[in-house]
Amino acid sequence: MNLKTTNPALYYLQRAAFYLLVLVIAFYLLAPFFWAVLTSLRSPGDLFLPPAQFITAETTFQNYTQVFANPNFQRGLLYSLIVAVGSVLISLLIGSFAAYALGRFRFSGKQIIMYVILAVSVFPQIAVLSGLYTLISNLGLYNNPVGLILTYLIFTIPFTVWVLTSFVRDIPGELEEAALVDGASPLQTLFQVLFPVMMPALVTTGLLAFINAWNEYLFALTFTSTNRTVPVVIANYSGATQFDQPWGPIMAASIVVTVPLIILVLVFQRNIVSGLTAGAVKG
Amino acid sequence: MTVNPTAPARPVRTRGIEAARARQAIWLLLPTLIAIALVAGYPLYRTIYFSLFEANLTTPDQRTFVGLGNFWFTTEDGVALGFLQDPKWWGAVKNTLLFTVVSVFLETVFGMIIALVVNSTFKGRGLLRTAMLVPWAIPTVVSAQMWSYMYNDSFGLIGRGLLGGQALLANTDSAIWALIAVDVWKTTSFMALLILAGLQSLPSDMYEAADMDGASKWTQFWRLTLPLLRPALLVALVFRSLDALRVFDIMSVMLGNVNAAATSMTGYARQALIDNSLLGFGSAVSVAIFLIIMVIVVLYVTAFRVKFD
Repeated sequence: MNLKTTNPALYYLQRAAFYLLVLVIAFYLLAPFFWAVLTSLRSPGDLFLPPAQFITAETTFQNYTQVFANPNFQRGLLYSLIVAVGSVLISLLIGSFAAYALGRFRFSGKQIIMYVILAVSVFPQIAVLSGLYTLISNLGLYNNPVGLILTYLIFTIPFTVWVLTSFVRDIPGELEEAALVDGASPLQTLFQVLFPVMMPALVTTGLLAFINAWNEYLFALTFTSTNRTVPVVIANYSGATQFDQPWGPIMAASIVVTVPLIILVLVFQRNIVSGLTAGAVKG
Repeated sequence: MTVNPTAPARPVRTRGIEAARARQAIWLLLPTLIAIALVAGYPLYRTIYFSLFEANLTTPDQRTFVGLGNFWFTTEDGVALGFLQDPKWWGAVKNTLLFTVVSVFLETVFGMIIALVVNSTFKGRGLLRTAMLVPWAIPTVVSAQMWSYMYNDSFGLIGRGLLGGQALLANTDSAIWALIAVDVWKTTSFMALLILAGLQSLPSDMYEAADMDGASKWTQFWRLTLPLLRPALLVALVFRSLDALRVFDIMSVMLGNVNAAATSMTGYARQALIDNSLLGFGSAVSVAIFLIIMVIVVLYVTAFRVKFD
């Protein structure tokens, strides 16, 4: 522990090696994203430049104006927002009912229900693809955002129930008992007593579920043809005039859909970590 | 849960309240159970059902029962029709398993290193912890496009710069390693976060005692940290492995759906089901993937006695 006094040379060598490791890690984590941001700010002609000249080349926002003018991208943003918000709100509402029951009530069969919910969350989505496809066609919801909202419940509901249950368990019981003694119904107790206390948990869970729904690709690709969400638009982005991939606009579109998520994640950093560990480590 | 049985507002026996609460619990659970039955239970049943028929996706009602023919069937002329007889399926299985084993292994090692670094005290620790969240927050499709660009042989930092114009993704043997690199970059953060959470719950007095006894950091890691971290590590491993086994996005975006079918089990199933409209055949493949994943879950849970509650 007192290496600093007994052998300063070795101490400083160790510290230097450690900071080098820190730099390598930071570079590894951030470099690809940094390169994408840089590309989104360069004109198509500059993409051929060697890295040193590419970095110092002129900054332009033309890729961003082009992306925002693209009707497919505009619609993609709108549909992604509708689908992600829709599925998250439904999941939070009915998921919190279930989490309240699972976290607070004692009844037989509870363990089985917990395992069913956990099993659904490790479900491979492909296993339900054909069943869902025919269900969606029969309901006339193909290419309709409502169809995606419905299908996204398969991963947003188990996730919200699981995370919220672990939060509900951590809330002290006195609050709710007082309401119970006063004759409040479970729904009154849930909405008026527990919801205010659970607000941070609801926001965290909602945000994590939103990120999952915003990123979903397989269902969005399969259950829509023209009303596509943003990941599908980005995956199939093609330029009007170029034969090759329009990398500048693709990177600009990628940055546009990513930066809001990164900002949200950084703002809610602490909650995210607790939400992830509640969802994964504890369960 | 201790309600005073003599409270004037509710002169009911505790047992009665328990029974009433059990009934209320069912009502609270009902919407969730209905939703799960609708979007998971029923579609899974339909997938299993369709797997026993020959049918086209556009006309699911005109179907012929073929039993397990989608899985294994040879016509009188010796034409193999079952997917288990298709070398392309086995190629996809092999590639998916390779992808899963290598990427989850590397994620665990890198995640452990990053978590240990972030868990120690140094200047800029908060910044590194923040940087850790960036790859995790990036949508998979976006990270796949970012890396496709970097791998590009005429524009890319890696494809042109490091490899001198080699088309990494065009060759199936090199493509799988390129895809592993993308997945490792994207999800190491997630692993590191979970390991970090585990590390922070470890009791610090044990390390103080170990220091007193003169145990080296290396010994402390193998004898203390790793065994104590085991439960958190195993749950993280299960979740990451299952994610990797059902991988689709990266392959589909970076290789296109045709080559994705040779590289991932999900890609193979989706191509059969959607691109080729083979409802029965594709459903049979999906059932196989479901079974493979369930067997692996059971193996994990029983072999390592993973606890989920």
